[in-house]
Formats: sequence, C-alpha cells, structure tokens
Amino acid sequence: MTIALDAPTRPTTGTRLVDLFEFGLDSPICLTWELTYACNLSCVHCLSSSGRRDPRELTTEECKAVIDELERMQVFYVNIGGGEPTVRPDFWELVEYATSHHVGVKFSTNGVKITPDVAAMLAANDYVDVQISLDGATADVNDAIRGPRSYETAMRAMQNLADAGMKNFKLSVVCTRTNIPQLDEFKAIADRYGAQLRLTRLRPSGRGADVWDELHPTAGQQRELYDWLVANGENVLTGDSFFHLSAYGQALPGLNLCGAGRVVCLIDPVGDVYACPFAIHDEFLAGNIRQPGGFERVWRESELFTRLRQPQSGGACSSCQFFDTCKGGCMAAKFFTGLPLDGPDPECVRGFGEEALAKHKDSGGGIPKPSGDHSHRTSPPRPRSGTGPVRVTIQRRNDLSRPPVSACEENPLAGFVPQQTTGADGRQQEGSRSSHA
Amino acid sequence: MNPDSAWRLHPQVSVRPEPFGALLYHFGTRKLSFLKDRTLLAIVEGLADAPSVRSACEAAGVAPDQYGRYLRALDTLAESHMIQERAAA
Repeated sequence: MTIALDAPTRPTTGTRLVDLFEFGLDSPICLTWELTYACNLSCVHCLSSSGRRDPRELTTEECKAVIDELERMQVFYVNIGGGEPTVRPDFWELVEYATSHHVGVKFSTNGVKITPDVAAMLAANDYVDVQISLDGATADVNDAIRGPRSYETAMRAMQNLADAGMKNFKLSVVCTRTNIPQLDEFKAIADRYGAQLRLTRLRPSGRGADVWDELHPTAGQQRELYDWLVANGENVLTGDSFFHLSAYGQALPGLNLCGAGRVVCLIDPVGDVYACPFAIHDEFLAGNIRQPGGFERVWRESELFTRLRQPQSGGACSSCQFFDTCKGGCMAAKFFTGLPLDGPDPECVRGFGEEALAKHKDSGGGIPKPSGDHSHRTSPPRPRSGTGPVRVTIQRRNDLSRPPVSACEENPLAGFVPQQTTGADGRQQEGSRSSHA
Repeated sequence: MNPDSAWRLHPQVSVRPEPFGALLYHFGTRKLSFLKDRTLLAIVEGLADAPSVRSACEAAGVAPDQYGRYLRALDTLAESHMIQERAAA
C-alpha cells in the first residue's frame, strides 16, 4: 500500500523509479502518523479499530520530539490521522509546530472540529492540507458506514473550508460496494467545494475485516472503478492504492508499488512503527519511537524494514504477465484475509484471489486476529450529554464480601477468610489452613 | 531550455539527497519530483549561484556532449515549477 503517495510523480529521466524505491529510501517520502485512537465515530470499516483513547498515547512533548526528528530526516510532510486527530486538545498546537519546522501536514478528519474559525486558520497556512472523509455521496449510503449524521458533519466542514477560501483540500472516499455507483456524484461534490477527489481501497484491516465480505467491491465494480479512474486520470488521487487493477490494461497514474517499509510507514498513537497504516499487527511491527535511536533507527535499521527492502519473490504470481505492474497486490489485504503474502491479492482481477480465498476457507483456514482493538465498547457510542454530573450508584459488589486487600496492609490476618470445610471425620471446622484442606 | 538563461530552485521547494539522486517536494503545488542521479542534483543545487545553466552544468562536471540530456531534465523541472527562471547576472 502507499496511502501517502498522493503527489503525482514525475521522473525526470528514463530509469524506473519504482525499481530504485524497492530498495528503500534514507527517509520516508512521507509517513502516516495516527495521533490518537480516540474517535467520535465508530465507522464499520475503521482500519485502526479506533474509538477509545489509549492511555499510553504520546504526550505533546513526545510528539514535538518526533516532529524535530522528522525535520532532521527531511520528511517533507506527514499524513496525520487516527482515530479523529482533531479531538486531541493539543492538535492545533502540533500542526503549528510541525509546519513551522518544515514538516508539512495533511490531516484526515471527519470534520467534527472544522468550524468557520478553524477553517480560516487552516486556509491561512500554506503548509497544511485537509482531507475530509466521506464514504457515501448521499446521507443514507454514508451514514450506514460512518454513523448517524456523519454526512451532515462532513458537508458542513467542507462548506466551512470553501467559505474560508481553502483551495484544493481533499475529499477522501473509501470505495465500497455501496458507493461505487456514486463515483460521478462524489466528483460533483468535490467540484462544488473546490476540493480534489481522492479514492482509496477498502482493506480488510482493523474493523474492516468484519465487513470486508459484504463491502468490498464486486469483480464487476472493480472493472467499473478502473475504467472510471482511467477516464479521470491525474485529476483524481488514489494514494496509489489500486495498482492491483493495472492488470486490466494500462497502469494507473502513480508509482504502482507497495511502499510498505520502503517509502512509507505508520507511527501509531503509542509510538509503535508499522510497515503501513493498513497493517497494524505484530507481524508488521518494526519498533517503537520511544526506544533508543527513536524513529530514525527504526526506519533505517529495523529487521522488518530491512527484510521488506530485499527483492521480493512473486511466488505464485511471478509467472503472471501482469506481475510487473500488479506486483501481487496489497500485502495487508492478503494478510488479513488469511492468504499467503507471496500469492495473489484477494481482489486479483484475474480471479486467482477468489479461488485462493475459497480454498483457504474450505481447508478451515482462519484469519489473523488484530493485535489491538480500541473500538467503543458500545457501538455506536452512547451520546454524550456534555457537562453535567456523572450519575453513579454506590452499592456493594455481590461477588465480594469485603474490599480488596491493599498492598500496604500490615495486619497479619489481612486477606484471611474464615471458611467452613468438612473435615475427614465429618466434623465442621472453622478457618481451616491450606495444609489441612 | 536556453543554456544561457539563469535559473534557481523555487523557494517553496525542498531537496533531499537519496542514494539514487534526490527527492524534490514543492510545498506550493504539493508535488514530488525525483532527480535520478547525483550529477543532476549537483546541477540543480548550483543553479542559483551560476550565471547560466551552461556554467552550472560545467561546474557539475558534465561533458558538453551530455548537455542535451540534462537540459531536457531541467525542462521537466521547469514545467512542474520546481525551478524558476531569474534575471541573468
């Protein structure tokens, strides 16, 4: 995957850059940084299973230290996401810090905090770009995926950005079975707000694994999407996420390579570094920025990233005539559907992925469990009433007869529970010791 | 591109050397470009202080029969606004 590579790429001379990039770069071209797992929404396909904040999330000072490091490494820009990054109280402070330290920011949001004032502030900063997430061109299609009233929130945010004079911000759509019939409508919405449309691929990552079977585009829809992308060319961004569709014919604009660990990576809210944003799993964990050497050491020296930069074998795909552009598709899509990494993508346009999936299911193969889950415990989350008292009831727990023993308790009988046991001779004994029981 | 004209890097462009050459990022257009060899990087870095494109090429050690190739690469950079023309010194 290469979520980050939205910028159109222009090699200046003949050599294929893809071939150079496969060996990795000294620093990522850009990277995805999820600032928090907290989110006001509970989208059914959330790639990071977000909802609740993690108590170990990086502090403001730690985040600033990461930005200093990115500046030293000359990372041109970061794609900030989450969770919903704008719910972090220090979010605007961090955006300001990054952009004043030569690290450009593009952040993804559902729009909840994009008020007219915020929009004006964003429009005034040349080094900030905003990406509004919307997964349906109509409220019914969108809200079924992203939750009640999320359509309204996104539209209001775009209106505020347009009113503030923000040009060319992004309208970002994850392509699903329910919204592929709406591609032209998405384009019209983007045009209406002076935004640029960005289409990306649904991955079976995070909660996406739960809905992938129902929501991933059908084979016919994949073809429809490919034709639409070819017709719209470089005006529509794709984050390079559809290179597996190149097997339909001509390659789509972009680098067409899996950049995981080579040109992109992910820093998660607790500082873990993964090969890509769609691969939050121990299998793709390269290290943590809190370790000595920080992010730079993870990027340049981690065992995982070094391995990903070795020439990859195409396995079952290497004899395919389209392997040169498709490269066997998306590592995360294969992994989270239980397919081998050196075989076809589950959405292989020649149908080999479907065959492999069917075989995998027949043989009773499971899918890897995600390593973490920050989903809201109720879904959708309970509406918050804002301020006001938190109502609690004070009562005794039924399963405990007394409070738990504190570690500081000095009483020699602390934790002693008199029990009634029946001795060998049938007499009742009180307070039996373990040697007796 | 006229080899006697004078150019410089666009002020909103950042250059990052890489093993294969360099990456360029334009913060205004938000576009990436790549320089596929170190010689081209040396030319681009020398543009602002050289009286002309030709002398920037010379300073980077480019043989005269190779000028055409590098001028074409610079043309591509000019089209994407990575470099801009300035008044000749």
